[in-house]
Parts: sequence; C-alpha cells; structure tokens
Amino acid sequence: MQEMFPYLLNGISVGGQYALIAIGYTLVYGILRLINFAHGDVFMVAGLVMVYATSSMPFYLALPLVLAATVLLGFTIERVAYKPLRTAPRMSVMISAIGVSYLIQNLAFYLTGGVPQPVTNPIPWISENVKLLGASTKRVTLLTPVLTILLVVALVYLINNTKIGMAMRAAAKDFETAQLMGIKINRVISMTFIIGSFLAAVGSMLYFTNYPSVAITSGGMPGLKAFVAAVFGGIGSIPGAVVGAFVIGLCEEIIKGLGYTTFSDAFTFALLIVVLCVKPTGLFGEKVTDKV
Amino acid sequence: MNKNKQKTIFTAVVLAVLLAACVVLDMILPSYHIAITVIKKATVYSLVAVSMNLLNGFTGLFSLGQAGFMLLGAYTYAVLTIPMAKKPGVYQYFDGGAIPFSVPEVFSGVLGETVGTLLGMLFCLLLGGLLAALVAYLIGLPVLRLKSDYLAIATLGFAEILRAFFQWNALGPITNGSNLLKSYPVFSKATPYVVLVGLMIAVILLLITSTYGRAFRAIRDDEVAAEAMGINLAKHKRMAFIISSFFAGIGGGMMAMYMETVAAAPFKSALTYEILLIVVIGGIGSITGSVLASFLYIFFSEWLLRGLDSGTFLGITAPGIFKNGFRMAVFSIIIMVIVLFFRKGIMGDKELPDLIDKRSRKRKKEAAE
Repeated sequence: MQEMFPYLLNGISVGGQYALIAIGYTLVYGILRLINFAHGDVFMVAGLVMVYATSSMPFYLALPLVLAATVLLGFTIERVAYKPLRTAPRMSVMISAIGVSYLIQNLAFYLTGGVPQPVTNPIPWISENVKLLGASTKRVTLLTPVLTILLVVALVYLINNTKIGMAMRAAAKDFETAQLMGIKINRVISMTFIIGSFLAAVGSMLYFTNYPSVAITSGGMPGLKAFVAAVFGGIGSIPGAVVGAFVIGLCEEIIKGLGYTTFSDAFTFALLIVVLCVKPTGLFGEKVTDKV
Repeated sequence: MNKNKQKTIFTAVVLAVLLAACVVLDMILPSYHIAITVIKKATVYSLVAVSMNLLNGFTGLFSLGQAGFMLLGAYTYAVLTIPMAKKPGVYQYFDGGAIPFSVPEVFSGVLGETVGTLLGMLFCLLLGGLLAALVAYLIGLPVLRLKSDYLAIATLGFAEILRAFFQWNALGPITNGSNLLKSYPVFSKATPYVVLVGLMIAVILLLITSTYGRAFRAIRDDEVAAEAMGINLAKHKRMAFIISSFFAGIGGGMMAMYMETVAAAPFKSALTYEILLIVVIGGIGSITGSVLASFLYIFFSEWLLRGLDSGTFLGITAPGIFKNGFRMAVFSIIIMVIVLFFRKGIMGDKELPDLIDKRSRKRKKEAAE
C-alpha cells in the first residue's frame, strides 16, 4: 500500500487534468455531435505558449496570455473549420477536425523546429516539492483535483443558472428547434468552444508543470484519453466526463504501479471498446434512439 | 464505336502507358533515385488508400484502424522473411529470435533460389493480409455494431492497443520489442510494386462492381432501406471490414518492403489520418481518385516541395522561412482548403473511364440549348 500511494496520488492528479480536457470534448459533442479531434492539439498549443510566455515575461502576464491565446485558437478553429460545414454531413466535419489536428501539429513542428520545448521556467509555488504521508510530490499534484472540482462546479452553475447556459442546454437537446426559438446558435457554439479551450488551457498548465518538456505530439495521447473519459462517462454529460476522467487517471497509474507501463495506454482503449459494446451511452449518458 | 468500347480502350491505353513508363524509368534510373522512391511509396499508399476508400467511401463505415492492420501486415512480412544468417544481428537482444526458419529460404530449398525467394516473399505478404483479415474478423464482432463516430474512435483505439502490444518486451523474441526489424528481402525496382498493387486494385474494382459492391453502396446510402431490400447488414459490413483490412495488411507488408526497416512507431494514428486525407483529396468513393491523390501527395511531399524544407524553392532562397517542417505546414493548409471548399476532391465519385465522357456530355448540353 505504501508504495502504491504515490501512484494513487498521481492518478487523481492526472485524472483531474484529463477531466478538464474531457469537458471540452463532451460540451462540443453534446451540441454539434462532433468529435473535435483538434482539441488535444489545442491542449498542446497551450503548453507551448506557456513555455514561451513564462520564459519571456512575468507570471502575472504570462498566465492570462496563455488562457487568452488558447481561447482565441479554439474560437478561430470553430469559425474557420467547422462553421462553413454546418449543413454538411457529419463525416465531413469530422474529416475537417482531423485536418485541423494535422495542420496544428505541422505548424507547431515548423515553429518549434520539431524539437521538444523544455519547460525551463515552470510556474512557481505549484511546482515546488511537498511531502505527504511519506510520499514526495509536486504541489500541483495536490492542487489539480481541487481546482478541477472548483471549475466544474462553476461550469455546472453556469450551465444550469445563466441565460447562455440555458441556450447551450437547448441547443444540445434540439439544434434546429433551439434556432427557431431565437437562440443565436453560432454564439452558443462559439461559447462552447471558448469554455472548452479555457479549461484545456488550465489543464495544460497543470499537466506540463509535471513534465520536463512539451513536444508537438504531447497533445495526442491526453486528448484521446480525455475523449475516452468523456465516452466512458456518457458523452454530453459533464459529471460523467469528470468521473470517467478520474477513473481512467487512477486505473492508468495503478497499472503503472503494478509494473505494466506498456499497457497503461492500451488499457484506456480496451476500456473504451468494452464500454462502447456493453453500454454505448456510458455511465450517465442519455439514451438515443435512431430515427429513420 | 460505341461508348463502352471506347471507355475500355481509353482505360487500357492509359494503364499500359503508365506501366510502360514505369518499366522504362526502372531501366534508366538507379533504384535509389527519387523518382523510383516516389513510385514505390505512392503505390503502397494507393493500395492502402483504396482499401480505406472501400470501407469509408463505398460502405460508409468510418473506420480509423488502418494503421493497426498495416502494422500486422508489416510485422508478419518482416518476421517471416528475415534470412537465418541475419537473425542473430537483428534479434541481438533476444538470442536470435524465436522463429527458427525464414519462409523465402524454405521455398528456395524446394524451388530454387530466384523463384523460391520471390514466391516466399509473396506468400508472406499474403499471410500478413490474412492475419489482418483474421484480426479484423475478431475485432469486427463487437466493434461493427457501433455507428459512425463511435466506430471511428473504437477502431482508432484498437490500432493503438495493437501498437502497444507489439512493443511489449515479452513478445521480443518474435517482434523484437521496440527495436527495429531489418535485413529482410525487398523489391528494389518499382515495377513489382506497380504490378502487384495494380492487380490488387483490379480485384477491389471487380468486387465493387459485383453484387456485393452494390450491396455495400446501398448500405452506405441508407442502412434501413438496404435492410428492407433484404441485404444482410451484419454480414456485408463484416465482409467489407475484413476485405479492407486484408488489403491494408498487404499494404503494410509492402510498406515494410519500401521502408526496409520495421518498427511499431510509424504506425500511429497520424498514419491513418494521412491516408484518410489522401482519400478525401482524391474524392470519397472514387478508386481512381485515391490512386491519383496518393501519387500527387507523395510526389509533392517527397519531391517537388522538398525545397521548402531545405532553404531554396523555385529559385528563392530564404533559409529563415524555408526551414524544416515548412513543407508539411504548407501542405496541411492546402489539405484544409480542399476539405473546406472542394469537398468532392479531385475526382468526386468518378472513375478513370468517366473522364472521356466529359467532352461528349458538354457537346450534348450545347446541342440541347
């Protein structure tokens, strides 16, 4: 038990970071029925911006800049790559998402020269080491779950109690009817991408504080895993995504702790396939019936 | 001369000219020349793109597992064809590996050196395809019940699992863990690639024009209606999935030949995305389009736009801008433009014989006005 403790601690922290990404997937899927393949890359770009920003300006400027840049990126992607395809078949939008992911990775490769960018100047305080029950860890590990929960509570409040939240719920329920009721659907969708990117940026800053460098492929795996978390929890459901992310984060670290590191990634996808086959709607998902 | 005969002759002439051009290039250029490399890589990509098109374009099953099936084919080919003499070197961390034979050598023992090696190589390619098909059958049992994007993500996940599995150290005596497999026999000329891939694409074309092919298209256009017309959905979906994976497996084996070394790392989801984008550029639902797009894509990325990466392009020297990675950045912007504004791709759903129709159709339209 004593040797597993650091892994459990890490698992909760990684789970929290996945949760922040997973919300972006689940919100977008809820409204557009689109797997936003570029979301993992938005996460990666946030990491890169953080590396560049923190090494050239003070933190009280760098951190808001990371958030703003990521939000702007998410917003732009939606306006340029998804909005023109609103009436196109779903597959076209998905292909566009894959194209955007490809584009961001290649642009990032060009700009960074393909070299992983070292996190030379991590955010102070949260990157300091602390001791807890005999395990040494960075402070970010303890902070992540708390921050995640706070942000999720705020988001749930936003969705349940504000006008834009109500519009988002209406759009998720029935896209066309919501439009007929006078909801400005494009504004709602943009808002969804802004919220998703904002949370991904927060997740990214926490995630890369724990890692030595940001590579252009760093976004792929966390992105896919967060997506699995969203599916596991029931896509479209925010609590589902959070629970799913924590379960996946924990399981992964436990598998690493048992010495099967090669299979920690494979486990996530095996879980995905099992969930999709046994209960495709996930833990908290709504039942969808096919219409002819 | 009637229209169909004209079309057949047109197609035959185009194909014969292309084949002849390839044979001539093979004779006058050394095998390391960039043109030969481009042809080899592009033919392999063509086969995989066509196999993906069969599934995504003709049957409407959006699968992203292509890289996984290619990985199976590539490993099967490499593992079974490494010559005995080279094994201790390749499997240096695993005592020369666990497989005590090399298929081309076994065949050579019976049929003589040249014929035996050739047949052995083809046999291993086939085995790779069959293994991919078998795995596709097993994966398909649960996965094919899923729809559209869920299917995509499940197949993507499956490909990632396979990759992790092949890098597992416990399988090292067979797969060499995360180390390279190399020194296996390859075709150094381009013509064998063109002939092999040509034959396989012809088989796929025959399949598409058969009743099965029509059933696939019916499923793509409307699942419920297809079922009402008496098409067994599960059976036909499974069939399309297995056949597509079979050819992806063979494509993977040929990719191993082209690359001359095999590791699990290149068979990432990025490879699947690349092939999907090629299919989209060529036109979803057009075999000719997929082949054409593969050649254009490889030609541009491997040859014509090289200068964008190395400092000089079209006589302009700007090492600050034209540096490593610029080529792919430009390329992905072009791809996005195609995805957003030319959604039909190069060919739409037309094939090679349809090309000569254009002029006569225009004439007919003019006559009508």
